[in-house]
Amino acid sequence: MTSITRRTVLSGGAALAGAVMSPPFVPGAVGKETPRSGKVVVRLAVNGYPRELALDPRTTVLDALREHLLLTGTKKGCDQGQCGACTVHINGERVLSCLTLAVAAEGARVDTIEGLSTPGGRLNPMQQAFIEQDAFQCGFCTPGQIMSAVACVREGHAESDADIREYMSGNLCRCGAYPKIVAAIKQARPKLDKV
Amino acid sequence: MRAFKFERPTSLAQAAKSGYGTAQGQTDAAALYLAGGTTVVDLMKLDVLRPRRLIDLNSAHGGQEIEVSGTELRLGAFAKMSAVGKHPQVLSGYPVIAQSLQFAASAQLRNMATLGGNVLQRTRCPYYRDPSWDACNKRAPGSGCAAITSFNRNHAVLGVDESCISQYPGDFAIALIALEAQVDLLGPLGSRAIAFASLHRAPSGTPHIETTLKEGEIITAFRIPAGPWTRRSSYVKVRDRASYEFAIASAAVALNLEGDTVRQARIGLGGMAYRPWRAVEAEQALIGQPLTEASAEAAATVALHGAQAHGFNDYKPELARRTLVRALLETKSMTVPQA
Repeated sequence: MTSITRRTVLSGGAALAGAVMSPPFVPGAVGKETPRSGKVVVRLAVNGYPRELALDPRTTVLDALREHLLLTGTKKGCDQGQCGACTVHINGERVLSCLTLAVAAEGARVDTIEGLSTPGGRLNPMQQAFIEQDAFQCGFCTPGQIMSAVACVREGHAESDADIREYMSGNLCRCGAYPKIVAAIKQARPKLDKV
Repeated sequence: MRAFKFERPTSLAQAAKSGYGTAQGQTDAAALYLAGGTTVVDLMKLDVLRPRRLIDLNSAHGGQEIEVSGTELRLGAFAKMSAVGKHPQVLSGYPVIAQSLQFAASAQLRNMATLGGNVLQRTRCPYYRDPSWDACNKRAPGSGCAAITSFNRNHAVLGVDESCISQYPGDFAIALIALEAQVDLLGPLGSRAIAFASLHRAPSGTPHIETTLKEGEIITAFRIPAGPWTRRSSYVKVRDRASYEFAIASAAVALNLEGDTVRQARIGLGGMAYRPWRAVEAEQALIGQPLTEASAEAAATVALHGAQAHGFNDYKPELARRTLVRALLETKSMTVPQA
């Protein structure tokens, strides 16, 4: 019997993969759960789509995204607010989803790495720049790096190499791809200004 | 994380009335207020804080107020660190405040953390943050202090006693105490104001009681009096890495100079003490003196008088002295921002 592994699910080889991955991308779909005792109904606008979830109040935005909406692009690194792998945008600003309780984000707009590219699949200029500059090795920190980098440019904190290093310091990369991350941000900067 | 009841009051007055059980920093407080969550959620995950009720203030407050007048800078307690750190009038009129916020944490954390929560952040002492250590008077009253005889490289040398040598980790509070800030509070019985210097308690054998806040009280604003020293001010922070790190030594300095002579000085020390620390004797030592390397060193020596190190942190008093000398001389020679 073939066991379902992370690899088979992610490769799309299992029928399950399509089933679990598609709902978040269907416009207007609402991920409803049956409210149970002790759960709180939380409404979030995730990548432009309204979501309504019944969550244990302990659930972080990170776990709501990964475990309840199956948006696994946002990564769980330290889960203690020290690495930046879980960076998402809440109401347009970059924050750590691992230290944000979903109930405390009620009504918020949440944008993740999955929402960065256009529906047709064209990559955001920052994603494209990370590929072209080879700005990652293992790739685990990359979704957080890219979400942080997009905000960094938007905030006007990418005007110099020193600025980029300072304002990207909340995203750790254990492979040490930092010089290429700086290069990628510089490459994407003029294109993002136009976005 | 342990289960809790989530409450979402719609006004601060309603929140304060429901704030019974918030205690004064005790880890076993029955209720906790939630603002940015960067301390509370972190320590709840680590099982250090175990509230049965979590009272979310994010729907209750009136927004991120930043008001500058001729007499004071008023910062709403729910303003985010990032918003205050980049505010043009804070940057020009109170550079030490802006820098203390810019040099703290990361861009993401500064977008989350509120000023009120920031000053109440807990120590980074690893023996406090990890309940698998039995001895921690701050977490488990009366259990002892594991840090005194263990790895205490970034533990406090000022304001400590045998019950606790943990270090206050923040930066913004160091600027606030130097500039003699006031704190506006709202409690179940009404509002009051206290000096920021009286907000944090000395360990006094009971380090689990961290603040002088009364049950249910919420910080609503900080008021920093205007003065001829606020514009010539800066924050020097020394850390183990260039960015995104807590201080191992820092100094907040504000000066009113007449030529080279010090008319008034305000000095706060961070990364060094049990609580936000003002070096009043060092300020007095400078008044009327020309600010030179020699007078700065003399003042810095006074500032560290009585420092108590415990082994791994023996380096700290000397690092603090050098950090303060650098801060004083850089503040003297800085270009004062124009309004």
